[in-house]
Amino acid sequence: MTGDFYLYIFIMFVVSYAIRVLPLTLIRKQIKNQFIQSFLYYVPFVTLAVMTFPAIVEATNSPVAGMLALIAGILAAWFGADLFRVSVICCVVVLVAEFFV
Amino acid sequence: MENKRGYYPISENKTAIAEGFRAGIPIGLGYLAVSFSLGIIARNAGLSAFQSYLASFLCKASAGEYAGFTLIAAGATYLEMAIMTFVANARYLLMSCAMSQRLDPKAPGWLRGYYAFYITDEIFAVSVARPGYLNPWFTFGVSILAGPLWAGGTALGCIAGNLMPERLVSAFSVALYGMFLAVIIPAAKKSKVVAGLIAVCFAASYGAAHLPVIRDVSSGTRTIVLTVVLSAGVAILFPRPVDEESCQDACENATLEKNVRMEAGSAVEQDYTESAHEEV
Repeated sequence: MTGDFYLYIFIMFVVSYAIRVLPLTLIRKQIKNQFIQSFLYYVPFVTLAVMTFPAIVEATNSPVAGMLALIAGILAAWFGADLFRVSVICCVVVLVAEFFV
Repeated sequence: MENKRGYYPISENKTAIAEGFRAGIPIGLGYLAVSFSLGIIARNAGLSAFQSYLASFLCKASAGEYAGFTLIAAGATYLEMAIMTFVANARYLLMSCAMSQRLDPKAPGWLRGYYAFYITDEIFAVSVARPGYLNPWFTFGVSILAGPLWAGGTALGCIAGNLMPERLVSAFSVALYGMFLAVIIPAAKKSKVVAGLIAVCFAASYGAAHLPVIRDVSSGTRTIVLTVVLSAGVAILFPRPVDEESCQDACENATLEKNVRMEAGSAVEQDYTESAHEEV
């Protein structure tokens, strides 16, 4: 099925705002449960990792360029490049690689 | 935690806005590049420039919006959309929790509401890096530039993605993934568990995208299931030590791990680390 785009956007807004505003306004005490604490800690890494690969390889015209961008991005981030630089490095690698591939 | 400053005098608010604005410049430029590539994805999903602007203005979440756009492209159900948005943005729960410990208890409700609207990886990182209670006007200063650049960049990507040469579209399309890598890799460097976890995630994600039957499930649903299963698994196998100051700890971890070493933020970050030690 294909839904109404505005309704999709409205749902995205309500859920993402609720996530941000509810803890800030309601939780005045600390979360003590170890499992929930650990789970919440790991969630961002898992979501981002799962969404990065293999999608990055499929996003580019040439899968090889995407793979090179992934490797370059990992290396750049590992050696301390900030968010903006890592993004730019990935883009440049794809641009250059696709001239040759 | 005591507030050495008291509540905010007007002169201090002006300084805070100016400091926030400066911190917002590199953030805004980074946002522009990433939101541009997000706009290309929005266009591919069939959204108009206005719709993509609206989504970015309201949601302010790279991973969350990306997941949302892919679900729209896949014609997912509204329930799938709600669950996916929740999962992709779950980290903001933790950040919001961390922020709640840093806000002045006297801060009125509407101010908490405004704050919440601007809890993003980068704005959170520079806000939380400041010493003492958070002055809401600092976050306001950051948002002056960073907010419009994020939403505007998405609309721009949606429009210009059509006009740009195929080669450039292909290159820009990885900006978003570069940003994801910049968030997860520094954490992997510090923790073998996170490093191993990311490797497992890559393998599982690749497997899920290619294995028969599973590959026919929508990519959004695969992300939801993989996130819940893998996060729960690693939380059981490698639980993190419970800390009385868990939210305080989360602040520091988030600040350290985001690898958003904004030039403007790095000086105050040191201050914050010192003041945090005093408090603990």
